[in-house]
Amino acid sequence: MDFEDSPEEAKFRKEARAWLDANAKLKTTNTDAGELKETEDKTTLTAAKAWQAKKAEKGYARLTWPKEVGGLGGTPMQQVVFHQEEARYDVAPSGPFNIGLGMCIPTVMAYGSKESIARYVKPALRGDEIWCQLFSEPAGGSDVAALRTRAEKDGDDWVINGSKVWTTGAQFSDYGIVLTRTDPNAPKHKGLTMFYLSMKSPGVEVKPIKQASGASGFNEVFFTDVRIPDAQRLGEVGQGWQVALTTLMHERLAVGGGTGGMLDVPQLLQLARELDLEDGPAIKNAAVREKLADWYVRSAGLKYTTYRTMTALSRGQQPGPEASIAKIVVAPKLQDLSAFAMELEGEAGALTGSDALDDGAFQLAWLNAPGLRIAGGTDEILRNIIAERVLGLPPDIRVDKNVPFNKAPTGR
Amino acid sequence: MNFDFSDDQKMLKEQAHKFLSEKCTPKTVRAVYESGKTHDAALWKQIGELGWAGAAIPEEFGGLGLGYLELCVIVEELGRALAPVPFSSTVCQFAEALIVSGSNEQKSRLLPKVAAAEIIGTLARTEGPGAILPKNIRTTFKGGKLSGKKTAVGDGMDAHFAVVLVRASDEPGERALQLVLVDLSQPGVTRRAQDSIDPSRARAELTFDNVPAEPLGKQGEAWSDLNRVLDRAAILMAFEQVGGADTCLQMARAYAMDRYAFGRPIASFQAIKHKLADMYVNTELARSNAYYGAWALSTGARELPLAAAAARISATQAFDYAAKESIQTHGGVGFTWEYDCHFYYKRARELSLALGAQRVWKDKLVTQLELSNAA
Repeated sequence: MDFEDSPEEAKFRKEARAWLDANAKLKTTNTDAGELKETEDKTTLTAAKAWQAKKAEKGYARLTWPKEVGGLGGTPMQQVVFHQEEARYDVAPSGPFNIGLGMCIPTVMAYGSKESIARYVKPALRGDEIWCQLFSEPAGGSDVAALRTRAEKDGDDWVINGSKVWTTGAQFSDYGIVLTRTDPNAPKHKGLTMFYLSMKSPGVEVKPIKQASGASGFNEVFFTDVRIPDAQRLGEVGQGWQVALTTLMHERLAVGGGTGGMLDVPQLLQLARELDLEDGPAIKNAAVREKLADWYVRSAGLKYTTYRTMTALSRGQQPGPEASIAKIVVAPKLQDLSAFAMELEGEAGALTGSDALDDGAFQLAWLNAPGLRIAGGTDEILRNIIAERVLGLPPDIRVDKNVPFNKAPTGR
Repeated sequence: MNFDFSDDQKMLKEQAHKFLSEKCTPKTVRAVYESGKTHDAALWKQIGELGWAGAAIPEEFGGLGLGYLELCVIVEELGRALAPVPFSSTVCQFAEALIVSGSNEQKSRLLPKVAAAEIIGTLARTEGPGAILPKNIRTTFKGGKLSGKKTAVGDGMDAHFAVVLVRASDEPGERALQLVLVDLSQPGVTRRAQDSIDPSRARAELTFDNVPAEPLGKQGEAWSDLNRVLDRAAILMAFEQVGGADTCLQMARAYAMDRYAFGRPIASFQAIKHKLADMYVNTELARSNAYYGAWALSTGARELPLAAAAARISATQAFDYAAKESIQTHGGVGFTWEYDCHFYYKRARELSLALGAQRVWKDKLVTQLELSNAA
């Protein structure tokens, strides 16, 4: 048992480091400000695209993809090594491309025509074109198959009407994959069809959603008589759910990158060292120490769980199901830990921004935490997934499963 | 990255699992509970023959000299099977005290007997409820003689030898403390069986009246030596706890799949599914922390005290949660003597107290964080 690279990993790490040294500068601070910044700002996006293009030239934009489509034909472990190394450098964020390259493009590669693969994969890899994923709707969040956006056949075209919600990056995306209902008379999972479309198509309107934190990372997307050719269909008509499952399966393996930059025990420890409480230094307070220990063992447990996953990858094995626990550990912890930090600050904990301690980092984390507990699968859905896929427990009994979609109960 | 056990270690674990699933079923545990015996002597003997007790003891001292990673996988299986044997006191605590503080002569004399499971050993620290502090230690060691009383001593009715925390001088604080090694077969040793939470890990009161004993390690270093012993035991016993937690999850899962209520398996209700998912999450976190502890123990890493505290806190929380929520999942029958759930509920609590309370380990952990952060 050790934490060393295998000879092949060490060799690749050296190569990656040499390339990064030649193309970027090492970070001077420990914070990941770049990853946390809102990516809609134009300068960040331009910088992100430039860095992405550079990586694409070398095959580092998507290491595990075959060389023919612009990857390196590398192993998942090489991808992890590259992420680890990249994180040490002061480079633009790759966030804007993650959904496209992690989910949309793999779906295009699996279901698209030769022509569309030739047309779309490389520009996406270079960051020239950004993709978003249009699944969630006002009527279908956790229950995404309850979506109602209609696609109706009209000659050789399809006409799309409806709306999507919580679409990350729609405001700067060029293309999107959209899951639609093509047969409302079929049971809900059976009447769906997947398409891709240009976000610049007439009839597509993107409106940012103002979040509880005041920021806007997500959007609503409205479709009014959006006309797209049948050639932009991904998979068979009525097979959209199977296609969507492929998309979701391709969610990037969250190893190596991890939760870097997120507030955690080190920041709380620092705060506890700086503050005085009624009975002396906060760090000497038993309640504070107890909390620090509780959160530390969860963070450390997650870190070493990631190491176990990486070990499986390094040995050329499939990672075990333990990798699925990360988000339900991280998100509630962030919420509790940041609230606790504000409690330590006392009344001044109510301040945000430049008047607040550390420019309001804990306050901002607390404001964002509810979103983290919901986005990409709520705490509850993730527990269902662990229960069903890891522990093999039976699915919930569904009253809408074998009913035509337009006859299923909606509560209104 | 190579943060997992090797194929050989996994094979050893599988062998241990196979052996214990035949020789140590819940019936074995029940038999100990209902016979009034303190442990299963036949099982303990077989464990001795397999060499498990000496897995990490160097060959020069009669062990197999395999290493701590091998010992960890064995302990996990013992925990999974709830083995009613004095393994933890003898191997995880007593032997570690000899390894940390013993002279070569002491090791040569006793470790081979531990390795063969010929003797049972224990660690006697506590003198009453509340914190164990230097000022609360009243057992004395003067002129080579031990006098005083220890309570809640693990496997105290059966132990042949004990390592005892004593006061050896009138100096204030830790300086006065000493660890001593005592042969419990001598006159002047009185044992009294005590009722305790987990009868398959029986505890006893030991009274010493001028009993000859020998120092183990140096006076003045006893407190830090003892903490080193506890750290090492915490890592090993974290595996025992992880094994136990895993069994609780499997039992709760099996019952929930089998039990129908309101016309469906209760495993299809989210209230049950989420409970089991949380058991899984806690157990995986604990397992990963225990692995890190195993790495630290097997390499003698500087991070060992931090790794030990994290492994122990995480494993205690996981086993406690799994044991109580397994009963809850079983409903009323889970609370009966007839079902096995209560064995785990009791063992989880027993193990959470065995090396000191959560509070103590959390404080240790933060102290280590402060140190590592300052460096």
